[in-house]
Amino acid sequence: MIEVHQLTKRYGSTLAVDGLSFQVPRGVVTGFLGPNGAGKSTTMRMMLDLDRPTSGSVTIDGRAYHQLHQPLKHIGALLEAKAVHPGRTAYNHLLWLARSNRIPAGRVDEVLGLVGLREVAKRKSGGFSLGMGQRLGIAAALLGDPKILMFDEPVNGLDPEGILWVRNLMKSLAQEGRTVFVSSHLMSEMALTADHLVVIGQGRLLANLSMNDFIDQNSHGFVRVRTPQPEALLDALAMARISTRPLAEGGFEVIDGNPAQIGDLARDHGISLHELSPQRASLEEAFMQMTADSVEYRTGDIHPSADGTAPPPPEDAGVARTGAADSGGWGAQWNRTSGKRRKES
Amino acid sequence: MGDFSAVLFSEWTKVRTVRSTWITLLVAFVVTVGLGAVISAVTNSQWNSMSDRDRLTFDATSTSFSGIYLGQLAVIVFAVLVVGNEYSSGMIRATLAAVPQRITLLLAKTVVVLVLVLPVALVTCFVTFFLGQALLGDHGTSIGSTHVLRAVVGAALYMTFIALLSLGVGFMLRKPVLSLGLLMPFFFLISPILSNVPKVKTVAHYFPDIAGTQMARVVGDNSVPYGPTAGLFICLAWVAACLVGGYALLKRRDA
Repeated sequence: MIEVHQLTKRYGSTLAVDGLSFQVPRGVVTGFLGPNGAGKSTTMRMMLDLDRPTSGSVTIDGRAYHQLHQPLKHIGALLEAKAVHPGRTAYNHLLWLARSNRIPAGRVDEVLGLVGLREVAKRKSGGFSLGMGQRLGIAAALLGDPKILMFDEPVNGLDPEGILWVRNLMKSLAQEGRTVFVSSHLMSEMALTADHLVVIGQGRLLANLSMNDFIDQNSHGFVRVRTPQPEALLDALAMARISTRPLAEGGFEVIDGNPAQIGDLARDHGISLHELSPQRASLEEAFMQMTADSVEYRTGDIHPSADGTAPPPPEDAGVARTGAADSGGWGAQWNRTSGKRRKES
Repeated sequence: MGDFSAVLFSEWTKVRTVRSTWITLLVAFVVTVGLGAVISAVTNSQWNSMSDRDRLTFDATSTSFSGIYLGQLAVIVFAVLVVGNEYSSGMIRATLAAVPQRITLLLAKTVVVLVLVLPVALVTCFVTFFLGQALLGDHGTSIGSTHVLRAVVGAALYMTFIALLSLGVGFMLRKPVLSLGLLMPFFFLISPILSNVPKVKTVAHYFPDIAGTQMARVVGDNSVPYGPTAGLFICLAWVAACLVGGYALLKRRDA
């Protein structure tokens, strides 16, 4: 088991990792999620004693990494693809690694077969594609048959076939009872592989929970509604204290509403509905909201954002189309609900 | 301390399995022997045009070692690449993850460089000596003469020390471009120039290459205030300083 305790790393005036504490549970795939620059790689390097923490500590099976005898037999790590001498063959790269931890040379052939590199074992790794380099890195991680595996962005730059292979490999490693700790900046990727999630942003822990809990907490639904009488329905919803937000296509979304309630409300007020469809926010959206405040470099929002003090143009368009009597109030309400949602996350 | 013999075997595997090791060491041999031979032959043919003073201080042994001046650059490249290649490729992280005890890593690399360069240097220097003396003809000396064997072994030790010193610098500067950018001009230009500048040369005399040259001399150099034994210790001090500096930074810095 890996335990991270109050881990902090400061580079000059920037805190790359800020008082991070979490445990990586045994025998499952734990996704280590965060936007680029959140401090994932720095944390992983500190876990392996490659970088020195400013304060805090990491223990692996109760010991600091440098106290492990033959560490490759405890924990195998893939940090970056193609971090190999380009002039050395794949076989020889694994051979020196094996010898450093007294792993029999026969294991080199085994892992080369496991990752499908046996045919190119005697070729210099400088000529390898990114995917082959990634496989070689994974072979190196598996070399000592460790109980814990750590992968930093393993699917980055891989083709779909490679991504599928890495996904299945991580699942099968966990099924064998191994602990798999894998970083990613893509929620969609983690949703397919991880059982547990550790989410960080700007070096701070944002969430530490099981994948199921994350889905339950973050994929709250909303209902998409279209009607030829939007003013009437918006008034009715407002009276029932149900919040809404406009859609670019002219309809609007009812937040936290359930379709039956909205349907009944429409009938009571004699409003006809053209669409009433329950939607689920994607996990990617939930993740982005969770980390929205901690993204290092933000791009301009394409969709209307609650951040702007002046209402952005698409919102005006939505308001005009709904033809609300008090357009300012309507916009204000929209802003308020969005603000509330952001605070909740 | 870690499992030293396993790490040593691992480092040996690393060095053995890249072509640059054998190319650089072969170049060191060829250049040292070849240039020494050329200079010995030229000296022999120009003997009659040499001044009396030059003839009086003529050192047949160190003349045959003139090629070390250029051959040492290949040794420097070899030693710098032993560590620099790991930093330029990012492989150092794999190394330190496999061997987190940094002192073990540095010592293993030091031993591998030592056991590889010392025999190569000994072979190079003996071949250089015998070929050079043959080409010097009547002006040559023999291995049995006073201090000659010591000078030949001294030249081999100097080449070995240069390798270890470069390894230490490689650990300190990490990027091979930086290490080579410092070491090559230093040994090829800066030190030879400074050791001829008045006043400055009293300091420059203690540079490793000047100290090393004394180890390979049979006839003493009047311009340098110490002999071959002191030269050996001055070289060793440089080696120790560079390796200790390399370790201090390796231990302290993030990989």
